[in-house]
Amino acid sequence: MRPVYAISGGVSKFAKARPDKTFQAIVKEAYDYAIQDIGLEFATFTHLVDGSVASYFSDHFSRQLMAGIMAQDYLGLCPKPGHRVEGGGATGGICFQEAWKSVASGLMDICVAYGFETMSHVETWKGNEFIALASDVSFDYPVGGFYSGYYAMMVTRHMKEFGTTVEQMAAVSVKNHLNAYHNPYAQKRNRYTIADVRNAPMVAWPLTRLDICVMSDGAASTILVSEEGLRKLEAAGAHIARPLVRVTGVGRGTDAMRMADRPHVDYDDFMANYATEQERSSDDTRAYYRRLWDHGTRYPGVHSFRAGRTAGNLAYKQAGVNDPLHQLDFVELHDAYTSSEIQTYEDMGLCRYGEGGPFAASGKAFMPGIDYGLELKDAPECAVNPSGGLIACGHPVGATGLMQAVFAIWQLQGSIGKHFGDGALQVKDAHRGAIHSHAGTGTYVTVTVLENEVSHG
Amino acid sequence: MAKLPSRREETLGGFIVHNIPFPISTEPAALAMLKQMTPLSIEQEYKITYLHSYGQDSPWFAALTNKHLIASQDPESGYTYAFPRGHDMASGAETQWIDITDRPAQVHAFTVCHFGSEEFLPETPFVLALIEFDGVNTLLLTRLMDIDPYQASLDWIGMRVQPQFMRNSKLKPTDVYFVPA
Repeated sequence: MRPVYAISGGVSKFAKARPDKTFQAIVKEAYDYAIQDIGLEFATFTHLVDGSVASYFSDHFSRQLMAGIMAQDYLGLCPKPGHRVEGGGATGGICFQEAWKSVASGLMDICVAYGFETMSHVETWKGNEFIALASDVSFDYPVGGFYSGYYAMMVTRHMKEFGTTVEQMAAVSVKNHLNAYHNPYAQKRNRYTIADVRNAPMVAWPLTRLDICVMSDGAASTILVSEEGLRKLEAAGAHIARPLVRVTGVGRGTDAMRMADRPHVDYDDFMANYATEQERSSDDTRAYYRRLWDHGTRYPGVHSFRAGRTAGNLAYKQAGVNDPLHQLDFVELHDAYTSSEIQTYEDMGLCRYGEGGPFAASGKAFMPGIDYGLELKDAPECAVNPSGGLIACGHPVGATGLMQAVFAIWQLQGSIGKHFGDGALQVKDAHRGAIHSHAGTGTYVTVTVLENEVSHG
Repeated sequence: MAKLPSRREETLGGFIVHNIPFPISTEPAALAMLKQMTPLSIEQEYKITYLHSYGQDSPWFAALTNKHLIASQDPESGYTYAFPRGHDMASGAETQWIDITDRPAQVHAFTVCHFGSEEFLPETPFVLALIEFDGVNTLLLTRLMDIDPYQASLDWIGMRVQPQFMRNSKLKPTDVYFVPA
């Protein structure tokens, strides 16, 4: 595989509704921003780009099949190669990885990934119905198809199994909403307290409205290039930010569509096939997991995502990451629910399985220098969702994973202040970060590691 | 007495419009003003009736109508799926049906849905639960009845439950639900 650089990105303002523009024109906002940020004229970039990957989740939201080609056409990319990818909530993350693949394989030197969703075209509860159709329509959906319900079941098991509390979940909501206060692209920029989160209307016990991300209209776009692509763009006058940001780890995992079908594997199977290198090499951690299993824990059950663990392990191996908490400077992860952020800490090895709740409230995943109004016992170590994540930015599905990529590129370029007009969310000396995109009840999960060239020496 | 909500509920539906304001003259200045206009939105309805086949899973639904809960089992390993599955994940072999109607069962995880997808909103609050059965390797998603949805408690996890079957089958997985045993 050839080295691939993520050189630029753009995000439309995520909003509850964007009736002022069609989805193609919203994509163009993000696309134009990515081109302008490297200082190229639209026509010059169009001439040089080799092709694209388009990302949107549901044909139902726009009542339009083949919406991808309509964006391709509007962006002036025809007749260049392109295709649409779809993988539920992970659609954007898959799109980024497919664009990476196009460049890494040598098929393209310059590939643009763009994604969108316009969820406002139906009312909220109809939107929830569309999303629930991404569960088994023979066995899951008819029982009361509702994704917040599915995730609430996961977390009741997590709480029972590991002692996770609703206040620990609420700490995630406080963190992500307050981070977004400094992010002009975010849909919700509010200061909340733990009490606000718990007193919000109950949606699916124990998840309240402030534990859950919102539907959104929005688009995002990134440009990925090979070294040859970089030369071509610079020869045409592009000003590409340094340090360069390189994609160093790409991982993806899957699991059964019906959450009920997940296996419950034993300790030996877990240690052999799912434990991280860090976990396997620690006597203390092996003993910790032995105690969990002796107590009745099985893996992944419904409290954990083996797709996320598999994606993380693959990406970390490729990137040479064996201590994610200390080797990643930030993570943008798929916090569709506060509870799933906690589950994902564990899948991505930021803490051990079962310790996600205390980790959430510890302060380790918070940004330094921001007053969250919480008493945090630990200093920040690895900022998780410094952008505000899905909970505060919004979740226009096909755009979300690409939004994470754009924010990661800006973090690693050190250009958050330039793009946000506020440097509060810039992770100091960020060298390596990860983005995590997640579908369904954990059916497709992608983890991608990005690094700036400073960390390569 | 509770106050009225601060906002009226937004709904679709409205008047049929036969004419929309537009500049009488299409001189350049008038056309340029079109960029300053708010967007038009219309309602589009979309209804479909699918003929949905349950295929190889059909006997599972037929069993419910006859007050039996059947499961899929790999004939070699004995690995058993609470939901029907034509072929085993590990061996790839065709599964066989077994009857688990009377197996001891308990709540593995649950939630109370106070909101839901549009189709299920009228049924809120309802309780979703994943059920584990003795000797069965996977879970079953179902509705839990005969409990107070406003007294949700983690103590419900581990509660012994038993299946109940609808007399008037709808050929849906909701033809079976569970109640405390």
